[in-house]
Order: sequence, then C-alpha cells, then structure tokens
Amino acid sequence: MCQVGEDYGDPAPEAPLPPRPGRELKCVKCKEGLPTVVIRAGDAFCRDCFKAFYVHKFRAVLGKNRLIFPGEKVLLAWSGGPSSSSMVWQVLEGLSRDSAKRLRFVPGIVYVDEGAACGQSLEDRTKTLAEMKLILQTVGFPWHIVALEEVFSLPPSVLRCFAQEPAGTKGAYKAAVDSFLQQQHAPAPGEEQLSQSGTQDLQSPAVLPTAAQTEAQPPTAAQTEAQPPTAAQTEAQPPTAAQTEAQPPTAAQTEAQPPTAAQTEAQPPTAAQTAALFRLFDSVKTLTAKEELLQTLRTHLILHVARTHGYSKVMMGDSCTRLAIKLMTNLALGRGAFLAWDTGFSDERHGDVVVVRPMRDHTLKEVAFYNRLFAVPSVFTPAIDTKAPEKASIHRLMEAFMLRLQAQFPSVISTVYRTSEKLVKAPRDGSADGPPGTRCLLCTCTLDIDTADSATAFGAQTSHLSQTQPPTPPAEAPTTPCCSAAVGRAQGCCWGAGPCGRGDPRARVIEQLCYGCRVNMKDLPSLDPLPPYILTEAQLRSQRAWVLQEMQEYLVEDSDDEAQTGES
Amino acid sequence: MAAPLSVEVEFGGGAELLFDGVKKHQVTLPGQEEPWDIRNLLVWIKKNLLKERPELFIQGDSVRPGILVLINDADWELLGELDYQLQDQDSVLFISTLHGHQMGS
Repeated sequence: MCQVGEDYGDPAPEAPLPPRPGRELKCVKCKEGLPTVVIRAGDAFCRDCFKAFYVHKFRAVLGKNRLIFPGEKVLLAWSGGPSSSSMVWQVLEGLSRDSAKRLRFVPGIVYVDEGAACGQSLEDRTKTLAEMKLILQTVGFPWHIVALEEVFSLPPSVLRCFAQEPAGTKGAYKAAVDSFLQQQHAPAPGEEQLSQSGTQDLQSPAVLPTAAQTEAQPPTAAQTEAQPPTAAQTEAQPPTAAQTEAQPPTAAQTEAQPPTAAQTEAQPPTAAQTAALFRLFDSVKTLTAKEELLQTLRTHLILHVARTHGYSKVMMGDSCTRLAIKLMTNLALGRGAFLAWDTGFSDERHGDVVVVRPMRDHTLKEVAFYNRLFAVPSVFTPAIDTKAPEKASIHRLMEAFMLRLQAQFPSVISTVYRTSEKLVKAPRDGSADGPPGTRCLLCTCTLDIDTADSATAFGAQTSHLSQTQPPTPPAEAPTTPCCSAAVGRAQGCCWGAGPCGRGDPRARVIEQLCYGCRVNMKDLPSLDPLPPYILTEAQLRSQRAWVLQEMQEYLVEDSDDEAQTGES
Repeated sequence: MAAPLSVEVEFGGGAELLFDGVKKHQVTLPGQEEPWDIRNLLVWIKKNLLKERPELFIQGDSVRPGILVLINDADWELLGELDYQLQDQDSVLFISTLHGHQMGS
C-alpha cells in the first residue's frame, strides 16, 4: 500500500524533470504540425487538426442525436458572444460544404437586444445593433432582431406547452432524409412550397403577432412549412430577394415587406417600455434573481419568435464549460429537478419548439481559440453582471469556483459535464398534487412542488406558502362558500379573480411556480412590474383551476350518494 | 541586463473593459536586470495598464482562471506559461471567457 513517507528504495537520483511541453513538440494528431493549442491535458493540436477536430465535434453532436430533420427550420439564438457566434459560423460552414456532408436544415438567426436590462444607454444600444447587423448581413441567413422590451407585448400563450407527437424514431429520421433527397431531385413541387412559406414570412414580421395568431398555429404547421427544399433557401444570399423577383409581389406583400423579407426587425422599443423594463430589473433585489429573470424573459421571447416564424428547433450556443457551471448553479438555485432539461442536448419542455445545444461538446477554451484562429467575429456586449465582483451572485460565485477548481484539476469541468449527459428526463409521476402536467408559469417545467412533503425544508417552504393562502384546491372543504350566501354559487362571485381566498395576485402567481422559481421570486418585492403576459396567464390558469375544481365537485356529487348532495 | 522590449499586448472577450476599453496596446518594456517573462509582464500590466478591479484580471501571480493567454497566437501552455521569456516584437493576447466579461450563450 502506498503510505506517506514509505521508502520505495533509492529514489532516482536527480531525475530530470519531464521536459516542459514546448514548441519542439508536434501535434498529437498529424505528428507534423506545430502545435498551437492544448485541448485536454497534454493534447497539443496544430492549427489544421484543431480545426478539423472542432468542426467534426459540431457535426458529430448533430449527427449523433438525429433530432434535426432535413429541411427543418432552425432558429439560431445568437447573443454576439463567442459560443453562439462560433455556432452560427459552424452552421454557415456546414451549409457551404459539398452535398454529401452538407447540413440540410434551414437556419435563421435571432438576436435579443438586452441593453435595457443591462443599463446600456440608447446610444450604445444603437451602436451595438449596427455592429450586429453588419455581422448578420455577412452571414446572410434570415434574421430577427428583437428588443427585450417586447416581452411587454408577448401573448400569454407563449407560456403554454403545445404538445407534439413524439419526435419520431430513427427510422423516421432516415425516411425524412430519404424523402428530402428525393425532393431535391424533383425541384418543381418544391418551388411551389417555397413560395408559400415565403409568403408567410412576408406577412408575419410586420405585425406583432397576437395571442390568437400564435395559438392558431398548430404545432404541425411548423413542420409542414419546414419541408420546402433547403437547397435554394440556404444559399449564402438571402433567398427572398430572388424570390420576389421571380414572383410579382401582390399589394399586400409589398406592404408587409421589410428590407428583405427574411429579416425582421422590431420597431425600436418605446421609451415607456424601456422604462418599464428598467423598473422591473431595478426592483429585483439580488443579482442572482436578475440573471434568472433575464434568462426566463429571454427564453420566452426567443420561443415566441420561433413560433411566429415557424421554427421548430432553437439552437442555443451553450458551451460545455458554461453548461457545467450552469448545472452546479442550478443545483444551488433549487432547480435540481430540471437539470436534464436545463443542461441536456435537447429540451422539449415547450412541446412544439425544441431547444438544442449543439455546442455542448466544446469547451470555452476551444471556442475562444477557434474564434481567434479562424477570425470568427463576435460582438462584445456588456452583460447584466459585467464587472460584478466574484460574489455578487450565485452564478458568478459558481463560475469562479468551477474555473478555479478546473485550473488545479483539469478534468473537473468535463466530469461535471459528463454527469449532465447521463441525467434522464423522467416525467414526474403523479405524486405531486394538481393535475398531471401542471407546469411552472415561468420556466414551463413540470411542477416539482409537493405539498404533502412537509417533513423536509422543501415542504416547509411550501407550507409557509400555504399559510399565506389556502393551498390549491382545499380538498377537505370543497364546498366552502367563497362568498356570502346571497350570491348564487353557480354564478361564481369571484369569477374574475378566482376563489376569494386566492384573490391575492402574488399568491396566485407564486403557487404556479416550481421550487426554484418560487425562491427566485422572493427577491421580487412586487410582481406588478412583471410583463402583462405572465400575470394574465397566471390569472387564466387559476381561473381554469378553479372552474375545474368546481366541475369536479359536481362530478363527485354525481357519483356519490345522496347524503352528500343534500349537504350542499 | 535585458534590453528594452517592444511587445504588443492585446485584450479580448471583454477583458478590455478593465483597460479603458482599449484592446491593443503597443508597449515598451524597459530594460531590467532579469529577463522579461510573463510573470513580470503581469506585474507590469497591473501597474501600468490595468485601470480598475485588478482582482478581476489577476489572481496571485497569474491571471484569473477563465482568462486564456496566447503568445504569438499559440497556447501559453505550450510555452511554459508564466516562465515564457518574452522576445522583442512578441504579441501576448489575453482572452476572457468569463461570463461577466462576456455573454454566455
């Protein structure tokens, strides 16, 4: 056994230190090139091998998971930062490849201008936007720029999950690839479809979509729309220009047509909305809660853009480093139940729009080196926590902790990251109260709150909440009149606000949140500054729950004996 | 006695925010007794270039974890990290991969 101080005989006298890896080393891959970057401990790659390795990893992640079907519309969420920029460039490269290795989906880019939440001046924001547009034009994909302020005009339906049939088996994927290849050989019907989808693109951007619009769009619409051939659409040039020429635009079309139809850019946010956003973020007491809120709002906005423009996948640029940090952060934030969704390759919580993370095999070091060596442009925009001290938020603290550990033990990040890969998205079975499938209002994960579980700190948190207001359907006293007897029960005096006991809007919102979001909302003294769609949806949900409860009473009475019926 | 060196120091990934937003700095390191290595350079940077919050850039005698160092566009891990001896006309790049310096996704 190894013991401290054990004598292993004569130590090699003055063993020469292992030679420091220097430039005399060769690339571990080709054994020829001059190494440029050390990837894992000791693996030095030359420039060319590093590029091949990097590109291969991106394509392998997509190939392995087989989630993105040929011809599918995929929205790339681009922040201007290194990882998402690198992702956009990988897609661009993948589309310009020769046919056999070519990526076959139809990309679009969304950029969310978060300047208001980060306290940027209007002038700085305009400057940043100009920089962003320059890059977007170089890339040439259809793009959508939205300001974070637009959360104030989101429809409540964005918070709903639109169920979709299971994504299909590997057989389905193969069939889709085959039919896509066939379609490519028969371009005529394809063109027809292309113009159809083009028309839709023309119509949607100008008007801010209403709730009805989003709802009206069945989840499958995205898919049918995604079918048109990519070949034409994915040329480096925005496809619509040629299209408009070929097909004389109708009056309606020209009217709705933004610069090039593929691009949407919202009107600059009104001063009132910017002020409202300022007020919202200003009212949040901690940086931790601010970061979480920003993430929530951003996700909703991207989801909305994806839905209104018929994208069925959203690609996020989270790197392996970022995801490992996120995993630990989310554990600390009480989001342990959702780790598999929050950090996995794919996230199906929204139903019709699936979030995928194709950069999850790349470390930030690889990303930074790739972007530097191959001149991938990225735009630096101050984040909400720029220049914040290390202990300003759980996010910052966890990042510093992980990176410092990583500096001493170079496999920490990859170990954590590999753990995240193994997490299984098991649907929570009916142990929680409420109907199955009840979802958190904010993060739209299946609720992890279990009021029966009162022995734990978790339960204590919930029971504390239930003291402020009666728990969701008070099962013991279903017939408690909620109003004075004078008002007929059938009319439901509190129709508008739900049952009396839950008239408090704050309690009504809080009870619809998962544990993590509840904790987070504690740092929001008032819910009033929240965007209306959240509050509206909360109200709708509690009304629905109340109606459902009412109905259930009747059902119980119906099936029960007469004694109970007489009671009421 | 090492002769004065002319070196390009560059900051990226948001690290430039700690340097008045200036990315590229052409600097002349004065001649000194011991040769200039990265360890000395960091001390010099802290004294002469860094405008605020040194703890966000330097930790101990090295850079804060999460900040990458490239010497002439190659990983400093290949070149002996802090012990690399600077040559005239070298370029040293510091890229922050930290979130506060950069947006995550």
